[in-house]
Amino acid sequence: MLDTTNNLMETMEIRRESYLRKRKKLVWVIAGLFIALAAAIFFATAFGAANVALPDIFKMFLNRLAIFHFPVTWKPADETIIFAIRLPRVIGGALVGAALATAGVLFQGILRNPMADPYIIGTSAGAAMGAVIAMIFPVSVTLLGFGVVPAAAFMGALAAVYVVYNLARIGGKAPIVSILLAGMVVSALLGAVMSFLMSISDRVGLNLHSVFSFLMGGSIAVTNWSEILLVAILVIGGIVGGRLFAHHLNAFALGEEGAGYLGIEVEREKMIILGLGSLLTAAAVSISGLIGFVGLVMPHAVRLTLGPDHRTLIPVSALAGAVFLVLADLAARTILAPSEIPVGIITAIVGGPFFLILLRRTKREYAF
Amino acid sequence: MIGLEIKKVSFSYFNGMVLDNISLIINAGERVGLLGPNGSGKSTLLKLASGILKPKYGKIMLGESNLSRLNRKMIARHIAVVPQQVNIPFAFSVEEVVALGRIPFLNPLTEESETDKKIMVEAMAMAGVINTRERKFDELSGGERQKVVIAMALAQQPELLLLDEPTVHLDINHQVQVLEMVRNLNTNNGITVIAAMHDLNLAAAYFNRLILLNKGTIVSDGEPATVLTAINIENVYRTRVRVEVNPLTRIPRVDIMTTSCSQ
Repeated sequence: MLDTTNNLMETMEIRRESYLRKRKKLVWVIAGLFIALAAAIFFATAFGAANVALPDIFKMFLNRLAIFHFPVTWKPADETIIFAIRLPRVIGGALVGAALATAGVLFQGILRNPMADPYIIGTSAGAAMGAVIAMIFPVSVTLLGFGVVPAAAFMGALAAVYVVYNLARIGGKAPIVSILLAGMVVSALLGAVMSFLMSISDRVGLNLHSVFSFLMGGSIAVTNWSEILLVAILVIGGIVGGRLFAHHLNAFALGEEGAGYLGIEVEREKMIILGLGSLLTAAAVSISGLIGFVGLVMPHAVRLTLGPDHRTLIPVSALAGAVFLVLADLAARTILAPSEIPVGIITAIVGGPFFLILLRRTKREYAF
Repeated sequence: MIGLEIKKVSFSYFNGMVLDNISLIINAGERVGLLGPNGSGKSTLLKLASGILKPKYGKIMLGESNLSRLNRKMIARHIAVVPQQVNIPFAFSVEEVVALGRIPFLNPLTEESETDKKIMVEAMAMAGVINTRERKFDELSGGERQKVVIAMALAQQPELLLLDEPTVHLDINHQVQVLEMVRNLNTNNGITVIAAMHDLNLAAAYFNRLILLNKGTIVSDGEPATVLTAINIENVYRTRVRVEVNPLTRIPRVDIMTTSCSQ
């Protein structure tokens, strides 16, 4: 008996050490990602058509922090370019990346499917449809001073989730497999409707090609800070909300029944988590159109380095997603400068092969 | 220690009655095996007992409280369930799986405390998986996985443990390991145990009370020798058997009569 007690104490001690080691690694990863994000934002802001010297930009940033007061040796127009045009776009990219990565984590966790992301269950298509409707009827209504497009995208995303969830529901429950099937159907249907709208748009005298090329190609389109503010509130709210359910997402790894045995109110929490995922997707789609693979690639990369615990997975994926998209957007603007390619192309070029590798690796044993 | 009382419970899915007016008292500290052919209602009865299904008629009392009135978190602090087969799509380590058992005791932002961690280590030690602590759950064999799931259930510190065919798909070594572990948990730690079982001989050897179900009703309930009679088994399973009761242990042994035997 004494022997087993000693053994347990010893195990506790070893456990503790490995726990501290993991903790340390996590702190380093998060610190590294924050530094990477700051650096990525800085360099992405520095690059553009108008050539502003790096040291000047650095001084501008430090002046804005209100700690330093460098003398203004640059043109006021340069400062306007940096802070009114480039920085909103870069911050917008960071928010979109964080939102898509977190939405990916939430959908993968709740659907127990490592391949899931906002596209698979039709949420992105719903958000895009909402945005299209808002753009077809260019109502000059503003909600609390914000544009109508994000709101419409959110309504679209929620409507898509609602439809998918109800299509999938059998006797008060929505099994994962039917959610995936219903999501595919809704995605395909909405895609067809949008293509049809584009085909007939000329006849009815609407020019929708720019809208569609924005939505389908995916690029960060931000015009002002108030738009960024709304998206930032939604995205940060969504990430914090997701983090509150991190324990429960871990429990969902056992399946819905298993999660129920661990005290989770399964149907209610599934709706909440799918709702948060939709919110994040809509916030992203409203300023970026359809950007693929971020929601898929980021969570996987983080799982490979830090393990699948959602308590670390959610915040770290959000950070990694932000860094990734800021860099992808920078690439999209620089590769063929002065012309710009859709950032969706960059994420697909990076993400596509990654997805294929993943598919090959999981093919051997894939079970719901 | 906590008992369970099932009072006139009926349950049906869309197609027909699964359980028909079942009444049953499981006393605190008992170790009960549920038997019956496929579709006899064993799994449904376990799901009702775990509160994940609600009875259409009748009620289920957990100790002094009506199970339907307790929220899931409260139930999970008293009842742990070992489901038939657990698949985890992500690469959780054994320890991370066992940590799931502490979820009913955590708030959204709290981490496991030192006490929680001690409970986890003890659960892993009891289930004999302490040495696989850092391995990935999905790399383990079926038998090892089953022990990890039991460790997770033990981390809930349950008073009532429900197991749905815990030995199915396991080799005989793991079957015996798992059932001995379950028996020890019952006799040493006082956990009330209800397990659905397929193997009649293992059920007779490891449970001191058996309940035989058929088509949603209780056919027989009592010690193994009174439940596992040749007549009961032939009526319920439609299979010819020969039953011998060991005069010393009073444990029956069931032999299936193959076609060639009966001729």
